[in-house]
Amino acid sequence: MYANPNSIINPSLWPNGPAPGCFFNFPGANVTSTSSSSGIITRTQSPVTTGTSILGLVFDGGVMLAGDMLGSYGSMAKFRSIERTIKVNNSTVLGATGDIADFQHLKAIIEQKVIDEDCADDGFTLKPKALHTWLTRVLYNRRSKFDPLWNTFLVAGIEDGEPYLGCVDKIGTAFSDSKIATGYGAHIALPLMREGLEKKPQMTQEEARALLINCLRVLFYRDCRALNKHQIATITKEGVTIENNIELDTNWEVANFVIGYE
Amino acid sequence: MSSIGTGYDLSASQFSPDGRVFQVEYAQKAVENSGTAVALRGKDGVVFAVEKLVTSKLYEAGANRRIFNIDTHIGMAVAGLLADSRQIVETARTEASNYRAEYGGNIPVKYLADRVAMYKHAYTLYSAVRPFGCSVALGSYDEIDGPQLFMVDPSGVSFGYLGCAMGKARQAAKTEMEKLKLKDMTCMELLKEAAKIIYVVHDEVKDKHFELELGWVGAVTQGRHQKVPQDVYAEVERYAKSALEDDSDSGNDDM
Amino acid sequence: MFGQAILNDNLPGAKQHHWSPYTDNGGTIVAVAGDDFAIIASDTRLIQGYSILSREQTKLFKLSEQTVLGVSGCWCDVLTFTRTLEARMKMYLHEHLKPMSTPAVAQLVSTMLYHKRFFPYYVSNIVAGLDQDGKGTLYSYDPVGHCEKNRYRAGGAAGAMLQPLLDNQVGLKNMKGGVLPDITKEKALMVIKDSFISAAERDTSTGDGVIINIITKSGVEVMHFPLRKD
Repeated sequence: MYANPNSIINPSLWPNGPAPGCFFNFPGANVTSTSSSSGIITRTQSPVTTGTSILGLVFDGGVMLAGDMLGSYGSMAKFRSIERTIKVNNSTVLGATGDIADFQHLKAIIEQKVIDEDCADDGFTLKPKALHTWLTRVLYNRRSKFDPLWNTFLVAGIEDGEPYLGCVDKIGTAFSDSKIATGYGAHIALPLMREGLEKKPQMTQEEARALLINCLRVLFYRDCRALNKHQIATITKEGVTIENNIELDTNWEVANFVIGYE
Repeated sequence: MSSIGTGYDLSASQFSPDGRVFQVEYAQKAVENSGTAVALRGKDGVVFAVEKLVTSKLYEAGANRRIFNIDTHIGMAVAGLLADSRQIVETARTEASNYRAEYGGNIPVKYLADRVAMYKHAYTLYSAVRPFGCSVALGSYDEIDGPQLFMVDPSGVSFGYLGCAMGKARQAAKTEMEKLKLKDMTCMELLKEAAKIIYVVHDEVKDKHFELELGWVGAVTQGRHQKVPQDVYAEVERYAKSALEDDSDSGNDDM
Repeated sequence: MFGQAILNDNLPGAKQHHWSPYTDNGGTIVAVAGDDFAIIASDTRLIQGYSILSREQTKLFKLSEQTVLGVSGCWCDVLTFTRTLEARMKMYLHEHLKPMSTPAVAQLVSTMLYHKRFFPYYVSNIVAGLDQDGKGTLYSYDPVGHCEKNRYRAGGAAGAMLQPLLDNQVGLKNMKGGVLPDITKEKALMVIKDSFISAAERDTSTGDGVIINIITKSGVEVMHFPLRKD
């Protein structure tokens, strides 16, 4: 009588909701069988092991992503060699902020996607915008089931010869820009990156790297969940390089001016 | 040519009085009608060479591939009904994907060969389905176990091989293979010999045009299975064609 | 507000959500329909909390040569809604062998929104375009699909701020001797530009730039002008 809930043309109104003439089982009522059929789902989360900011910057001829290698277990700096930036294929890189387990779950799925593509061997490989769109759909659909993947992703790569940088958060908010930062980076690093790009819209790779390194340093100074051990990923038409274990020089002389610091 | 299995050959769930399952034998016949495929295992890799019979000049070059990638590190060459073999390829890919999801790494080719064999065998047990009319050869290379090659036939039987052949000229191919000291040959040498075998056993009279398909996996490809690159292919093809001429020349020598 | 479990706490299995599937990403849309044109404009700022996500994100989606949709609100819902709408329009085209007309799109938007009546798309929609007779036409919506045909409308974050301005300048409301002629394209553009400039002064989530789509029988013309970035 009611339209097929799987139909895109006539989806049923309020699926699993009250219908005239029928009994309605309220969610959470005493049921012995596992029934989440009433529609209201009760599986929210908080993240467990998390990664902090990821920075992304477009320069003349490519894109650069940077982030530290820390997995924080609350306030504990537990995992100090987590690769939060991964190569997907020769034209795409993915960086993740937020829950590391959720990221690694998606990482396995994406890696299988790349293998399947390789097997198909038809000359087509995943492009950065396509990965970005796919991620957006996955995250939005999880959010709509009240069971989000607790991450913010940066997708960077070369799309049809042009540099591409996109961001998507845990509820599926997606956009693309020439400079993006997640987490604390959005507050601390992004203003520095925006200023740099305004002064010189077409930066060279070296300039972009210097700007990102400066931002990483400031983040290490000011973000309590940051580590002085970073990854920098560079994507150009030539391909992808990811440098690991980059440590920055820091200057803590100002600490001497802090009363009580010995 | 073939024995008459009247009455006992209608379904795979029936034995004949002399203990044969005719449906499986008929499936093996289907494999014998296809273009020859050979696979050789050497010191540091496995190579595949397939005689892809081209029945129409209208076909695009490279159509109807008979060597497939399973995951990143395994190659599969097929002989027999191509549609049946594509199903086996998909099954193998799914197995490899499930293994990776569960155990986090490359599926060992022996394990995969066993799974494929079990799968094909299952289709020889029931009257509701027919056996797969294809044989498949699986090969891979890794640093620890070295090169490995397995072949699974329509009955679901799987063996490990140093060299194997399937298809119409498999007996001739096997004879050629036995002349080689496969254990000590490198991938390049294996490729050349495999291609030569294909050219030698190809029947110019019955099947005119064929396309040579080559695949390899070994130390030279860092353990990834791939189609042989264009320059290597050209070199190997040249070797095979010239070796064929030498052979035929030597055949023309008067006593 | 949306998405919270409307349950008694003592029901077994009930758990309180402490995370919202919705967020406000800002964005303002203004649209005016004339006799033979329709203009729809949006700002280009995308925000989250007090941060700016992007200064160059348009909220206008061209659906066909005669119809443009402006959507703002929760950006994840905006993206999903427009994607689904575009898919539906493609299906219509394949089935009817002609593109959807503006009134048809207007009805479809309404039903699509209502289908999510109990987990709404948190979006503010305005459909602007030319109807079957080539006259400018405008439809505005609430998040659950209530639809109203208008001559002018402001929606989104600064909608409530701009609607009174439009009522006075485009609708000539509360003006002595104001008989409503159809507004000209030039006047409409001026009013729209001034609206956004004013909104950028007072609304933190509006600014950075404006994209204007002018829909006439010769197609959709796109204009852009900058706004203050603070």
